[in-house]
Amino acid sequence: MAQTLFDKLWTAHLVTALEDGADLIFIDRVFLHERTGSIALKSLEAEGRSLRNPALVFCTMDHIVDTFPGRTDDTIMPSGKDFIQSTRASAHKAGITLFDLGDSRQGIVHVVSPEQGVALPGATIVCPDSHTCTQGALGALAWGIGSTEAEHAMVTGTLRVNRPKTMRVLFNGDLGLGVTAKDMILHLIGKHTAAGASGYAVEFAGDAVEALSMEARFTLCNMAVEFSAFTGMVAVDDTTLNYVKGRPFAPKGALWDKAVSQWRALHSDKGAAFDKEIVIEAQDIKPTVTWGASPEHAIPIDGKVPDPATARSENQRASMKRALAYMDVKPGQILTNLSIDAAFIGSCTNARLSDLRAAATLLNGRHVAKGVKAICVPGSTQVKLAAEAEGLDKIFTKAGFEWRESGCSMCFFAGGEHMGYRERVISTTNRNFESRQGPETRTHLASPLVVAASAVTGVITDPRDLMRGGDGKI
Amino acid sequence: MEKFNQHTGIAAPLLRINVDTDAIIPSREMKRVSKEGLGEGLFAGWRYLAQGAREPNPDFVLNRPEYAGTSILLSGDNFGCGSSREHAVWALKEYGVRAIIAPSFGAIFANNCIRNGLLPIVLPDEAVKALARQVEKDPQAHKVHIDLEKKQVVAPGGEVYGFDIEDGPRDMLLQGLDVIGLTLRHKDEIDAFQAKDREKRPWIYL
Ligand code: SF4
Repeated sequence: MAQTLFDKLWTAHLVTALEDGADLIFIDRVFLHERTGSIALKSLEAEGRSLRNPALVFCTMDHIVDTFPGRTDDTIMPSGKDFIQSTRASAHKAGITLFDLGDSRQGIVHVVSPEQGVALPGATIVCPDSHTCTQGALGALAWGIGSTEAEHAMVTGTLRVNRPKTMRVLFNGDLGLGVTAKDMILHLIGKHTAAGASGYAVEFAGDAVEALSMEARFTLCNMAVEFSAFTGMVAVDDTTLNYVKGRPFAPKGALWDKAVSQWRALHSDKGAAFDKEIVIEAQDIKPTVTWGASPEHAIPIDGKVPDPATARSENQRASMKRALAYMDVKPGQILTNLSIDAAFIGSCTNARLSDLRAAATLLNGRHVAKGVKAICVPGSTQVKLAAEAEGLDKIFTKAGFEWRESGCSMCFFAGGEHMGYRERVISTTNRNFESRQGPETRTHLASPLVVAASAVTGVITDPRDLMRGGDGKI
Repeated sequence: MEKFNQHTGIAAPLLRINVDTDAIIPSREMKRVSKEGLGEGLFAGWRYLAQGAREPNPDFVLNRPEYAGTSILLSGDNFGCGSSREHAVWALKEYGVRAIIAPSFGAIFANNCIRNGLLPIVLPDEAVKALARQVEKDPQAHKVHIDLEKKQVVAPGGEVYGFDIEDGPRDMLLQGLDVIGLTLRHKDEIDAFQAKDREKRPWIYL
């Protein structure tokens, strides 16, 4: 029978069907970070439980570490040091691999896991972090769990999971100039709501997805959780294999060949049935920004802030009204002349090398507008080093951006550094929830191109205006 | 784990959609590597007037005297969406919440609830709103009753709403099971799976 990619991944990891209706799924990789992994490790220690496969468990420091040059265990975030040192001690005791501060493999978990070849096609990968779905872009089954479930995965090598339904989102055709994977996912969530994929594992497919680079596919899958999906994934093809080849923890030599022969089958068979399908024409997607406080409050960059009167339901109406007040925008307003206070390029969504390159093409020879605070935080230490090797850091700093060490940084506010009270930020991150980036900070989610263009002009800006050579440059 | 069988309690309406885990427990309130000490930070952004300070916002539902002792929350679609932080559940529990009734939940959050003896109940939006309307008249007297065995919510006025929950989570809550222990009963099957899989996919086993 024709199988979906999801069916194949699920079947390959099914240990047994449990008496209670859930399936016992074998877990190939557990990745932890100091924010939520610390507590999982500590509680295992307290209960005197040991890890089944410590070699398959990894940990990084990303969430509350400072991103200033010369950082130490001390953090601006109150008590961050406690999380860092507790994680380090537990990781050593448990015998797992730690990408610590100062290690060139350190960085944001969903960036470093694929980068190091920890996440592999066909693998099951879990992490007590909701954006684990990012890694599904490799043709893997990767999803976010809680700390207690992480303990379960580490001790038993499995998780009890109720099988989700399947959905395919087809992006047909080609993306236009200046339109990126970030715009695809914001467009999708804007059209089909933030709860649109609740209960589904989503496969992204179609010409526009096949044409995406591996890094762009990570961006697409990253926000599957903002669509409420169990996970996101993309079939394995040459793009995937070329990306994985040679990564430190990826198979080599004969093992590589054996792996590839299996990974080649990791796609949905022709005629495979999905429980739901959504079709989107790529040419209909424009650079997309959010106006409100939910990722579903997304509109084309030349669109108007919607009127709550047009809401789909009474509940949506209430949420829209609240968001309008919070964001200080009005129905009918056009976003492209809205002044910003800050621009942020970072996070597991959009801080890989290709993202920094894209932003740099717009920043090269230009300068950030007066009064705009602009910060770039590479997604991993490897991304930072690679960017520096090709001189991107110079472009950013010359343009007036701060250039930081890797970490989650101001993607989220943990009581430490933030952009400022009620500041308006254009951001490449994935969540625009109230106070997510700082106390009452007003976040507009967008692609690195939109963020770079807006940083330069000081107002939310369609990058195509700069790219089409408004002032002669790309 | 704490068992959940029946519960009767004061229910507070927080009728917003997409109440995310950042709102339930802001990251700045997660101060120690611990599951404890989080109750005070529950809904901190809404519950207190100023950042960091602890002056209660009198308008926030849980601060209103008629909702003192709340143990059930009534909310909108997609409750607990966003970050996977289990701290959201630990904070709710420490505050005294035993069940949340909403039309839908963030998936990771719902799982985290089950693992910690908190019951997420899915009821249609109209039912949640009807419950809220009854409760609002006199929250302390108009209590809501939950029976997990029968999979029922009984409104203050006596109306009965049946709800669905998978058998696995239900059993875990009813019996307060240690899930790891339960899974380890399948250790032989896991061992056999791993041995076979190691042959098939040796690169997985570093
Ligand atoms: S970058 Fe942001 S979304 Fe990604 S893991 Fe870090 S805090 Fe979470």
